[in-house]
Amino acid sequence: MSNEGVIYRISGPVVTATGMNAAMYDVVRVGDEGLMGEVIELHGDKAVIQVYEDTSGIRPGEPVLNTEETLSVSLGPGLLTQIYDGIQRPLATLEEVMGVFITRGVDADAFDLEKKWTFEAVVAKGDDVASGQVIGHVQETETIVHKIMVPPGKSGKVKSIKSGDFNVTETVCTLDDGSDLQMMQKWPVRSPRPFRQKYAPDTPLVTGMRILDFLFPLAKGGAAGIPGPFGSGKTVTQQSLAKYSDAQLVVYIGCGERGNEMTEVLDEFPHLIDPNTGKPLMNRTVMIANTSNMPVAAREASVYTGITIAEYFRDMGYDVALMADSTSRWAEAMREISSRLEEMPGEEGYPAYLSSRIAEFYERAGRVETLNGDDGSVTVIGAVSPPGGDISEPVSQGTLRIVKVFWGLDAGLARQRHFPAINWLNSYSLYPQSLDQWFRDNISQDFPEIRTQISGLLQIESELQEIVQLVGSDALPVDQQLTLEVARMIREFFLQQNGFHEVDAYCDINLQYKMAKAILSFQEAAKSAMASGAQLNDVVNIPARTDLMRGRFEKGYINEIDSMVTAMTDEIANTVEGN
Amino acid sequence: MSGKEYRTITDVKGPLVFLNKTEPVAFGEIVTIRLADGSTKNGQVLDTSDDLVIVQVFEGTAKINRESGVTFMGDVFKLPVSTELIGRILDGAGRPRDGGPSIVADENADIIGAAINPYSRQSPHDFIQTGISAIDCCTTLVRGQKLPIFSASGLPHNDIALQIARQAKLKGSDEEFIVVFCAMGITAEEYNFFRSDLERTGALENAVLFVNLADDPAVERIITPRLALTAAEYLAFEKDYHVLVIYTDMTNYCDALRQIGAAREEVPGRRGYPGYMYTDLAMLYERAGIVKGKKGSITQFPILTMPGDDITHPIPDLSGYITEGQIVISRELHQQGIYPPINVLPSLSRLMGSCIGEKTTREDHKSVSDQMYAAYAQGRELRGLVAIVGEDALNERDKQLLDFSGVFEDKFLRQTRDEDRSIEETLDLCWNLMSSIDTKYLVRLDQKWIEKYHPENKE
Repeated sequence: MSNEGVIYRISGPVVTATGMNAAMYDVVRVGDEGLMGEVIELHGDKAVIQVYEDTSGIRPGEPVLNTEETLSVSLGPGLLTQIYDGIQRPLATLEEVMGVFITRGVDADAFDLEKKWTFEAVVAKGDDVASGQVIGHVQETETIVHKIMVPPGKSGKVKSIKSGDFNVTETVCTLDDGSDLQMMQKWPVRSPRPFRQKYAPDTPLVTGMRILDFLFPLAKGGAAGIPGPFGSGKTVTQQSLAKYSDAQLVVYIGCGERGNEMTEVLDEFPHLIDPNTGKPLMNRTVMIANTSNMPVAAREASVYTGITIAEYFRDMGYDVALMADSTSRWAEAMREISSRLEEMPGEEGYPAYLSSRIAEFYERAGRVETLNGDDGSVTVIGAVSPPGGDISEPVSQGTLRIVKVFWGLDAGLARQRHFPAINWLNSYSLYPQSLDQWFRDNISQDFPEIRTQISGLLQIESELQEIVQLVGSDALPVDQQLTLEVARMIREFFLQQNGFHEVDAYCDINLQYKMAKAILSFQEAAKSAMASGAQLNDVVNIPARTDLMRGRFEKGYINEIDSMVTAMTDEIANTVEGN
Repeated sequence: MSGKEYRTITDVKGPLVFLNKTEPVAFGEIVTIRLADGSTKNGQVLDTSDDLVIVQVFEGTAKINRESGVTFMGDVFKLPVSTELIGRILDGAGRPRDGGPSIVADENADIIGAAINPYSRQSPHDFIQTGISAIDCCTTLVRGQKLPIFSASGLPHNDIALQIARQAKLKGSDEEFIVVFCAMGITAEEYNFFRSDLERTGALENAVLFVNLADDPAVERIITPRLALTAAEYLAFEKDYHVLVIYTDMTNYCDALRQIGAAREEVPGRRGYPGYMYTDLAMLYERAGIVKGKKGSITQFPILTMPGDDITHPIPDLSGYITEGQIVISRELHQQGIYPPINVLPSLSRLMGSCIGEKTTREDHKSVSDQMYAAYAQGRELRGLVAIVGEDALNERDKQLLDFSGVFEDKFLRQTRDEDRSIEETLDLCWNLMSSIDTKYLVRLDQKWIEKYHPENKE
């Protein structure tokens, strides 16, 4: 048997070849045009291949060539700021070669192989280097130093190493066993990159979104799922996270989503400034855009391409956040391929291995001790698009079983134009226990207690609302009416956040704490004023409270808020008769 | 390969024909089947191998038997395109239906169409004025957008689509759209309605019609929208036209897809629709847009009828996940005699933010739209409460909002079928209607717009 076979059968993106020596997950070139594909099943002499490009016009009898490599990504300087399709072809290069429409049979390097980067060695001749050890630095963008590492599995004594300007394929270091190291390395996408050990997460990924950071925090190295029906704001939430979260690097996967939406991201990101560094956001971003009408097999591969890139940067000791929008489209790609393979389906036509694939994917998140002893993390945030918004379906359920944070988007809230439309009653985070120490040390000793008070008020509100639906709010005792008013303030002043507003889109975590405290101060002051005979209506309608609430749209709010709270409590005290 | 005729049919099942042993046949290749009486049918290869070829026949498999001759044409399905298409009526497979001559091709375009590189797209930002207040104010249409109408049987979605086709224009420009109309499984009556309306208004001269009627073969519906979009792409990206594609009814298209899936014994997804329906629909909807360096654009207006008025049914559900918003038609409003019965609450235009404001529509548009929406939503909610506790139990604010919801439907939504309101008229109307509510309750309006546009301050 040779590494060349012939096509036996074609059924959509699935092609069967015979007469070829193939192993599972080998990458092959299919047909006269050399379309890229991957072996996904073997039956005797027959190899079943999923093809990453459109197969119209391909005939049985055309050749299939086995490259005998598994599907891999290229890793090295040049990754940042790139926009890839699902199999790491840069979209800009594809445009140059094919024009505005994506045709097929074109191969493109993941990044410029000729570009010279300034390599600065950090080890010297005679040093012993281990797998994953950093041997040099490249300042890839203004904010990110790209660390060149010994590829996993290699180690030895440095025979020679040189600093200077090199392209990514030139040898920068030679080991005494004769192996040459370049700045670029490859890694198969379906295998997690190795690390020494996983740590328990203890630092939050601060996103600047109040409802997420304050009520349902996500840890660096954690995994979160965002399920929601269409129109509930999944994509806007994911984009906000990509823009404002305090990860050092962001990998954004647009998996089977809208073309115009990706364009919006591509137009917007280069002009956005990272609130944490003050530098363009693009400098820390790698994007993967495999829209819904691009080949379905490449969509299946896109999430693996993305997470492998994320792991690579993690290995340098960075905190990486990965957004996958939407994992349901990935699952559907699996379903489509599976049904072409005539596999016995599990629930709703999805393959029986759906939940294990989802679990394996999210398990690649984590905070780890890297091979070189550094501390790095990959945080995964996956959007889920359940049909009809019903999360009892297999993809949502498979996701919820594995992630520790659930941000449930709610169509009802979206319809009321309450954004982010995250339902505060059914969402959860299992991280507060491991993160509370961080919040106590870095924000305030009583941070967790304040959180409990705020979420408690929301819980009480939902119970009171049931009564209000029946008898109207006037029938409630005044203290409960006050509780409703405070809860309304939490919703409108704290939970609602305008993702498109220049100032409000990002809220500093310290400010979040102050805002939450301000609400409780209002409650406190109102209670005591009312105990002394003040009317609820007067207390609620004081102008200072409106000023406090409007203030969040102004720059410098964090410096003003304390005095605004004082002004508010003074005014409330003045509502007591006779004062 | 083309030219050689095979008589190796083994099985015929529903719309599918199975053949044994042929020369290598390409996936997606076009097939002609000659019957005993000399007539022919067309089809396309769905599955090909050395031993077995599966052909999907567009015109139905009636009269096909084991003696029928099958010829492979050596190429995938292509549509002859040229500007001659404009003003023509074609059938669901692209043949003239108006008695006119065949189209002289400028080129033959592959109907599957390639995906637009997301990097090469240009963000849509040109406001299209439809003259319908509910759409222009609340779910603004943008050139290059795909905005479906979610309707249901017995509702006037066709009237709305036609009104949009007639009135749609870029603000401050006379530039007209070329309308590509794609009918899938609609009744002859509906088709006549469309055609006579387009004829009456002279729009037919600027339109291309692809028509597959309810009694035409169902399988043909799979290619009809692809033909329409191929024509649209040619006109938009080769000939610089702005194209508005209206297709009706997507529900019939999806049912045809299900029919083929069932004949192939595929594992079905939800409600029997194939698991790849999302991808398949995306291959149509995603052919809307604007690309860098090209003058033309494709705006899509798909119409679908929700079975049982159920918005969570797979067809509207999957569509909603792909399209950039939706316009929802309400049976309740229709029964109240309101035209157009658009329920703005579940309706949405995702691209609206990019095309409204000072430079395109008017500076107060966003504010006004938010306030109209919020006040109407609250008013509607109060109707439920009033049913229980009575109107007297409402406070002043709630009474005003409740009354406003009625006015909103009667004055803002309601307009005649040929009433073409400019965006300024629409926004002024909004201000007039909102003036029935105390200004202090209009919290979503910026103070500066109240000072400038509120009727009280206008004198």
